[in-house]
Amino acid sequence: MAHEARTSTTPSQETFRVTRRAALRGGLALLAVPLLAACSQSGSASSPTAAPTTASNPTAAPTTAATAHATAAATAQPTVAPATTTSAAPTAQSASSASKIGGSVSVLATWGGNEQKNFEAMVKPWEDQTGAKMNYEGTRDLNAVLATRVSAGNPPDLAGLPGPGQMAQFAKQGKLVDLSNVLDMNAMKQQYATSWLELAQAGGKQVGIFIKAALKGSIWYDVKVFQSAKYQIPKTWDDLMKLSNQIVSSGKTPWSIGLESGASSGWPAADLIDDIVLRQAGPDAYDKWYQGQLKWSSAEIKQAWQTWGQIATNPKMAYGGKQYMLSTNFGKAADPLFSNPPHAYLHYQASFITSFIEQDNPSVKPIVDYNFFFFPTINSQYDGAVEGSGDLFGMFKQTDQSATLIKWLTTPQAQSIWVKAGGALSPNKLVALDTYPDEISKESAQILSNGSIVRFGADDLMPTAMENAFWKGTLAYVNNPGQLDSILSHLDSVQADSYKS
Amino acid sequence: MAGIQSGPAEAPALNQTARASTGPGLERVAHLLGHLVIASLVVLWLVPTLGLLVSSFRPDALVASTGWWTALRPPYHLTLDNYTTVLTTDNVGQSFVNSVFVAVPATVMPLLIAAFAAYAFSWMSFPGRDVLFFLVVGLLVVPLQTTLIPVLRLFTALGLNGTFPGIWLAHTGYGLPFAIFLLRNFFSSLPREMIEAAAIDGASPLETFFSLVLPTSVPALAALAIFQFLWVWNDLLVALIYLGGEPSVAPLTVTVSNLVNSLGEGWQLLTAAAFISMSLPLVIFFSLQRFFVAGILAGSVKG
Amino acid sequence: MDRLGLALLAIVGVPLVTCGYLVVGERLLNELPPRVQRAIRPWLWLAPAIALLGVFLVYPTIETIRVSLYGPSSQHFVGLANYSYLASDAGLRLTIRNNLLWIVVFTAVTVALGLIIAVLTDRRRYENFAKAVVFLPMAVSFVGAGVIWKFVYDYQPAGAGQTGLLNAGLLATVPGFSPRAWLILDPINNLALIAVGVWVWTGFCTVILSAALKGLSREVLEAAKVDGANAWQIFLLVTLPCIAPTIAVVTTTMVIFSLKAFDIVYVMTSGNFNTDVLANRMYTEMFTNDNFGRAAAIAVILLVAIVPVMAINVRRFRRQEEQN
Repeated sequence: MAHEARTSTTPSQETFRVTRRAALRGGLALLAVPLLAACSQSGSASSPTAAPTTASNPTAAPTTAATAHATAAATAQPTVAPATTTSAAPTAQSASSASKIGGSVSVLATWGGNEQKNFEAMVKPWEDQTGAKMNYEGTRDLNAVLATRVSAGNPPDLAGLPGPGQMAQFAKQGKLVDLSNVLDMNAMKQQYATSWLELAQAGGKQVGIFIKAALKGSIWYDVKVFQSAKYQIPKTWDDLMKLSNQIVSSGKTPWSIGLESGASSGWPAADLIDDIVLRQAGPDAYDKWYQGQLKWSSAEIKQAWQTWGQIATNPKMAYGGKQYMLSTNFGKAADPLFSNPPHAYLHYQASFITSFIEQDNPSVKPIVDYNFFFFPTINSQYDGAVEGSGDLFGMFKQTDQSATLIKWLTTPQAQSIWVKAGGALSPNKLVALDTYPDEISKESAQILSNGSIVRFGADDLMPTAMENAFWKGTLAYVNNPGQLDSILSHLDSVQADSYKS
Repeated sequence: MAGIQSGPAEAPALNQTARASTGPGLERVAHLLGHLVIASLVVLWLVPTLGLLVSSFRPDALVASTGWWTALRPPYHLTLDNYTTVLTTDNVGQSFVNSVFVAVPATVMPLLIAAFAAYAFSWMSFPGRDVLFFLVVGLLVVPLQTTLIPVLRLFTALGLNGTFPGIWLAHTGYGLPFAIFLLRNFFSSLPREMIEAAAIDGASPLETFFSLVLPTSVPALAALAIFQFLWVWNDLLVALIYLGGEPSVAPLTVTVSNLVNSLGEGWQLLTAAAFISMSLPLVIFFSLQRFFVAGILAGSVKG
Repeated sequence: MDRLGLALLAIVGVPLVTCGYLVVGERLLNELPPRVQRAIRPWLWLAPAIALLGVFLVYPTIETIRVSLYGPSSQHFVGLANYSYLASDAGLRLTIRNNLLWIVVFTAVTVALGLIIAVLTDRRRYENFAKAVVFLPMAVSFVGAGVIWKFVYDYQPAGAGQTGLLNAGLLATVPGFSPRAWLILDPINNLALIAVGVWVWTGFCTVILSAALKGLSREVLEAAKVDGANAWQIFLLVTLPCIAPTIAVVTTTMVIFSLKAFDIVYVMTSGNFNTDVLANRMYTEMFTNDNFGRAAAIAVILLVAIVPVMAINVRRFRRQEEQN
């Protein structure tokens, strides 16, 4: 760039001025350094003084024993009487409230928006009682942030764990605190079904707890549409297929499926395949499968994929065909059921879809307008199978604050707070059914606690690399149904690679 | 630098081809064509953002089911709900201040430090200068994620994690390769005569730097300032890792990302949040505009 | 808020400290004999940059290279096992293909458009407005850009109301058009993502190239015009050669950003449907698959890929120096 400078003073005149200015700056600079250093540290926990309070004793009687099959249709009257006694009062614990320990605890989790508000409400009674403060950090990139901070020696005190796979990984590295020394394990054994406790164990140690739960395997439908078309609620998979075909022959598409979910795209399909494997091949095959001992290309697993393929790879069956399925966010995929005229009639999704349905379709009300029926039986010998999921929580640093907080979070009083706010189920047996704010969540909670064969989602139990390949495999299958064999053999190679320590 | 150093010597060459140049009519058409091209590019660039702006005034249920352009026709169904929700979110004010507190030093520091280094690369000679320069530029490719764990480990050992000086230093380090690359390009394009004249007049390198090089590089410095500011202002991951997301230190990006829950509900609020978050950077951009335009050196020297 | 007070202190204090370092350093340097001064001075000016780069970029890079030779949790030495795994991974080949697409298309379009806009708006009435419009996308965070382009690329089946601008627009203007899920269909989804990148980064190129244009001597341009050269000739024979170094800087930067492209892909498709890029794959290996060794190996691939880019720059730079 050819250009000449335009200067009004000669450099030597500038010299004197520059040097003076520079000296002044230098002096001020030296002053600023200690001031900056002083105002840098953010708040940190003060040292605790008193011993933590003991856990409150459960005051309510357990709920009545399981009776009905988990496949009871939601439109029938609930056959199990809800528990009649429980304090579900979210205020002070009954134990001694004399110890105010102050200080703070840091919590890292993936909850945002209304979830964050609900969690903070759950924690508030603990804050009031102990005088301590909870500092919540939320991020949707929980994997990245948590893994980085743990690896770098700067973990949060407590954290939501992305899943059992990651939990096991952290436990293996020795980063998670064994909670059996922190929690009252007797109370835990009374309040939580064994499967909930075992799912949060790794290497034989209790390294996690479940903050909330969800039920998978619900199939949602528009009540009024079903009534006017006189569709029957199917009880078996064959009935379900018959119903689907009936809808197809009347020129409409029965199913609405949405698989998009950012980096986790494909997980709703994985959930469905999990449900099919559990009911079709049985719990033993299921367990071997998620433990990496049953190949993806095995007859049982391949059959499950093909069963799902009856719906997912048939453009007559699924609204919008593969383009819709692959590009639509899972939270939007129930909307076609409620358009006028409806574009679809059946939607498979876990219990949390209710808030999405109500937000996008404000005039639609539960039970009256929309409802769910539970996943139908495939193989009658595996009746009573239930697949659940939950939000895991773990402790990385044990302090008085973190110990009392995590203990509080397991109590039925704490659990009831989130349950009352809606959109969550509690794995704690002592949370009474009438705590649930609406019929749908009540029914879901009942099914979850009454199942005779209870499993966690298989994909969540696999190592994360396997889970990720599983999800992406479902997308590939929808995109290219003819490629099933090569997809399954790729999953086999990932299985061989990822189950090594 | 390569290019035109002497005007008159070039003129004869151009003269030859000038005879064959086209008349004023075609120039006119070309000029109008230029207007047309710019107009269409402006429209193309604005339309996506317009979609966001319109959507930010629409209620959630409608955003999910109908295109945003339908809100431009009656019935409009517009609402301020998204904006009020975002503006009344917990901690919004504090996190806005936190963002400024992070962004300003994290812009000024790399600017100055890169200017020092760029000046050394341009106008001082020392062994290994070129190799070092390209090593520095090569560092531009280092992926951010690979630096997180080693640096956080270091910060934790030094007690810098969760502090503002820590994140200032981090952003400075990350911004240096590009800043040095850009500034060196601009500094070294200054005419050698000018620098040498200053040296002859007895100016020290420090004086030449502050009173000659910096003022004449203002467009480049302004451009760099706005880039770095934007990058830091919109950053989420670095803040989460080095500063943490606790309410007292969280920048605006963290607060905004918490508007959406883990299932993605509440994403419609991001439409309003994006504009609220954009407001300050745009103000800065517009106020720095005059530095982009002013060609301080475009013009001849008098005397 | 005392945070505001601290903010003001920092805003004033930080530049003071930084400049103060230099001023004090120069003061001390002036005490030394001139020859020693000339030898040490560059390092005084370079020291803060080198120190910070060393801590934040060089040390992690060395650490990354080391980690790439270890297993997933960086505890077992595995030598080149990660690299041989990646070499035989079909997914990685696809990823590299996508990065090459980004390098070619993204760079060419952003630099070309940036140049066109910088030149065409130069000294026109609407210059500030046009540049601000093109630059605006850079002020939007990547999450915001994801939301914006979701409103452009969204797909609804035919018969349902369209929510995406592109489908709605094409449906209204092209007869027989059926809506497409732009982010699903390979390979157009890659181009769709690159389009988002172009939309964001063209403003960056425009601003830098415009700053370079502003530095052109009015004199030389006037002289050329007086000699009868038309606008096109001035552009080709005067402007372009003058700003060629800046074009090289911008191009190099865009190429490097193509190699590092992450945010757009991560937010919009997460690398699904054959849109994966190296940086996204690295992120997946690191934080989803918990395999730090493999993630580091991919990072090393990125580092190696930049060597040719730097080599070209060095050669251009040396040639330039000779011309001077």
